[in-house]
Amino acid sequence: MNWIFEPWPWYIAGPMIAFIMFLLLMMGKSFGMSANLSTICTLCGAGDKVAFFKLDWKSQKWNLIVVLGAVIGGFIGANLLTTDMAVAINPETITDLHALGFKSAGTSYLPLKLFANNALLSAQNIVILAIGGILVGFGARYAGGCTSGHAISGLSDAQLPSLIAVIGFFIGGLAMIHILFPLIF
Amino acid sequence: MRTLVYLCIGILFGITMFKSEAASWFRIYEMFKFEAFHMYGIIGSAVTIGVIMVQVIKRYQIKSFYGEQINFYPKTKSFNRYLFGGIVFGLGWGLAGACPGPMFTLIGAGFLPILVVLLAAVVGTLLYGVLKDKLPH
Repeated sequence: MNWIFEPWPWYIAGPMIAFIMFLLLMMGKSFGMSANLSTICTLCGAGDKVAFFKLDWKSQKWNLIVVLGAVIGGFIGANLLTTDMAVAINPETITDLHALGFKSAGTSYLPLKLFANNALLSAQNIVILAIGGILVGFGARYAGGCTSGHAISGLSDAQLPSLIAVIGFFIGGLAMIHILFPLIF
Repeated sequence: MRTLVYLCIGILFGITMFKSEAASWFRIYEMFKFEAFHMYGIIGSAVTIGVIMVQVIKRYQIKSFYGEQINFYPKTKSFNRYLFGGIVFGLGWGLAGACPGPMFTLIGAGFLPILVVLLAAVVGTLLYGVLKDKLPH
């Protein structure tokens, strides 16, 4: 049973994601996580001011329960199923990240510089995290989906729009890491 | 009953995101550096199985657990919104190192600063709703 405490290889994780999509399809739903961000806006009353958020949130309750499960799953994964939180990324990537000032590369799950609890004491870090979040939320709704809705569900259904979106994800991600990172960090 | 099923699906998803390290900022960085196969393997194998699954469901008209027809909704045909929206999303994915699903997973895993990212993602969604009609789609 020790394997369960080890990081899961891609050939376990990928089929598992496909299985999750299968379960949601069989429940008569579809797999898409960013829709929940929209539902949260509706729950906060955004529908009164902005027509885009005018919807019956109850029709999306199932998806909110899925993400509640994702929170619980994160707790279980981190606290009960993991003994060593270090992520064994490529040693070259580690060297790279050390040079950028990410000293925790290779020894932690997330960079401590940005995600340790005391990172919240730095205004600069909060701005970086907030900009990242705003871009993800804005982009996901603009593109009509995120990694789950486009890269997994959309590509599985051979949707051309999803392929365009995924190409966009990569253009954005590559630009951030190769061009903007050296300027930000 | 259905609620419990959705909760279990979510838990399975959360555990998978955490244990596969798809929720790790480092894995996303490594992916955009093309320095590991890991993330490509995860997405690639999920999509490969997904394509077969969708084809089988369509061809054999497999019914849902509740005996209903399974519908696939084609996305609206367009180019700009998918490319521009995708690029904006990708910039954020690279910087925050988390897409919407893993954001929730990381809250459960106990990383407090991810709350800033999630809150900002809700603000970003709101911002899109407000600016929607002014953007090229």
